[in-house]
Amino acid sequence: MEPSLAASIGKIDLERPIMLASGILGISLDVFNRLYRSGAGAVVTKSLSKEPWEGYPNPTILGLKSGGWINAVGLSNPGAPYFAKMIEPNTDVPIIVSLVGSVPEDFDFMIKQFANCKVAAYELNLSCPHVAKVGLEVGDDPELVKKIVTVAKKSSDVPVIAKVGLGTTHYLNTVGAAIESGIDAITAINTIRAMAIDVDTQRPILSNKFGGLSGSPIKPVALRCVYEISSKYNIPIIGCGGVSTWEDAVEFFLAGASSVQIGSAIGDNWINVFDDINKGIKKYMTDNGFSKIEEMVGLAKKS
Amino acid sequence: MQRNHNHPKICTVEKVIDETPTVRTLVFSDDVMANVLPGQFAMVWVPGINELPMSVMITDEPGMAAFTVRRHGPASTGLYNVKAGQKIGVRGPYGNSFDLKQGRLLLVGGGTGLVPMMRLLTFVKPEDDVTVLIGAKSKDEVFFEGMAENLLKQNKHQVIVTTDDGSYGNKGYVTDMVDKLVSENHYDGVYTCGPEIMMYKTVQHAHSKGLFVQASLERMMKCGVGICGSCCVGEDLVCRDGTVFDGKHLLSNKEFGHFHRNKAGILENY
Ligand SMILES: Cc1cc2nc3c(=O)[nH]c(=O)nc-3n(C[C@H](O)[C@H](O)[C@H](O)COP(=O)(O)OP(=O)(O)OC[C@H]3O[C@@H](n4cnc5c(N)ncnc54)[C@H](O)[C@@H]3O)c2cc1C
Ligand SMILES: Cc1cc2nc3c(=O)[nH]c(=O)nc-3n(C[C@H](O)[C@H](O)[C@H](O)COP(=O)(O)O)c2cc1C
Ligand code: FES
Repeated sequence: MEPSLAASIGKIDLERPIMLASGILGISLDVFNRLYRSGAGAVVTKSLSKEPWEGYPNPTILGLKSGGWINAVGLSNPGAPYFAKMIEPNTDVPIIVSLVGSVPEDFDFMIKQFANCKVAAYELNLSCPHVAKVGLEVGDDPELVKKIVTVAKKSSDVPVIAKVGLGTTHYLNTVGAAIESGIDAITAINTIRAMAIDVDTQRPILSNKFGGLSGSPIKPVALRCVYEISSKYNIPIIGCGGVSTWEDAVEFFLAGASSVQIGSAIGDNWINVFDDINKGIKKYMTDNGFSKIEEMVGLAKKS
Repeated sequence: MQRNHNHPKICTVEKVIDETPTVRTLVFSDDVMANVLPGQFAMVWVPGINELPMSVMITDEPGMAAFTVRRHGPASTGLYNVKAGQKIGVRGPYGNSFDLKQGRLLLVGGGTGLVPMMRLLTFVKPEDDVTVLIGAKSKDEVFFEGMAENLLKQNKHQVIVTTDDGSYGNKGYVTDMVDKLVSENHYDGVYTCGPEIMMYKTVQHAHSKGLFVQASLERMMKCGVGICGSCCVGEDLVCRDGTVFDGKHLLSNKEFGHFHRNKAGILENY
């Protein structure tokens, strides 16, 4: 029998285990439709704020000579109210709405905007490493995390995911705080705070100086985090960080992730990356006698 | 270390040419940029100021490339003010290029949209019969007319200039001239780059006559590689799927000719 690519992240059921990561191509419903047709099981939107944000001036993104990317886009986004109107016509695509804010009320306000939209889940961005007062600065404060998760869970009638990253508070404490407040799943990880300096002009390249590292350099770190979370807690996990091949995706499943997100690899390999990875996973499953994704989840922990 | 085309390569501007009171060409040495395809662009970093998308201009020396920039907001004015001897960072090239047909060709450019048109002219075959149409608001803003003539010396050709105010060449909108030309002649390929409304009308006129037409689009760009999403037009990403699109495809795109996105990603009318 053909193996199935269907994935369940707690109560979120997807036809395919590969999602688009937040902030990648994530501002238009037409593009979401295209990515879904191209093999993404779900798409996560750009992180939305209460009001539109322009983000930082360019340069906001660069590729590293050693591989990988650093970005400080600065969470530019059209704002939750505008975005909600834009995705209102959606019927087919499992859309996970990513949200950033500073206080619990921000999240309540934003979730209410989506009352007329088909949303598969919300992902709380507790981990963007380069914007003040939101993202990682929130994730680093477990008490605030508890309050935000509690409010978001109350406002939302679909599952709520917390996306964590590497900040000054141990991320496992952030995960613990989110679980205590009823979170449905965890995405790990966001980009890792980083910078690049140009030696000819002797200055940082990004306009914001600091940005977030993504792509293949962070994969081993992200994998370690997924393994640690799944070893310590019983919570569905979405792996994120440096996935660019089916092998990377399978590694994340084996470490304990029920699905994975893909960001930077789209810059390297373009949109075919979804289909390529889906096919690769299917072949691996056939070759190794797996019929469902969940049979692989966490297998690496057996030894 | 090996060059990574997504990492800014520092180049020194060697020469600055004033084209009009608001347009300058900055010339620099770089083998990769010297050999890009027509329609391809670079992301150009002006250290301390900004980074912006620029079509790569031709030069008359091998191994050299250029950017032809009109000063507009702070970013482009920053590039415009770069002097010979100053350093800029260049990454790319990005994007696809025109599908150049053979036979009778019509190129329609406005403003700095002429940059990819000039590079396209370096690819035409000696047998091609080429018409270049240059649109400008007034006489002051006409540039590259002599360059087009020069590049087409071996060809049967004409270079037509229109100005909105009639201060030079033919008076009127360049798109009215397009309408006239495509009504009177058959073209094997029509190519356009410039202000969106100009491209929209050019595509409409050419397409209505059943002609093969392509346009090179501009949108807000941050990454240039298909990551950030800021350049989307409908379901297309201009930096990665374009910048060159077939007219037929564009006319089925509900944003082309009508909307572009601002820095926050909100659709605004042209
Ligand atoms: C593929 C491509 C090729 C281009 N080639 C040329 C060229 O050869 N010569 C030329 O003069 N201009 C060119 N442009 C347009 C040029 O990049 C924009 O006019 C310029 O970025 C706007 O500068 P500003 O000073 O008005 O922006 P500011 O308001 O100072 O902009 C700040 C930032 O927003 C970005 N931005 C603002 N408006 C635009 C826009 N319309 N398109 C893209 N980014 C924008 C800027 O790049 C910059 O990073 C090109 C644009 C694209 C997309
Ligand atoms: C350009 C860019 C923008 C991003 N924007 C967001 C964002 O808005 N919200 C968020 O939670 N993560 C954002 N991220 C992080 C990604 O979702 C992802 O966690 C990270 O890039 C690691 O995955 P990757 O290696 O597959 O890219 C962004 C990443 C990049 C490269
Ligand atoms: S400029 Fe970033 S996707 Fe095109």
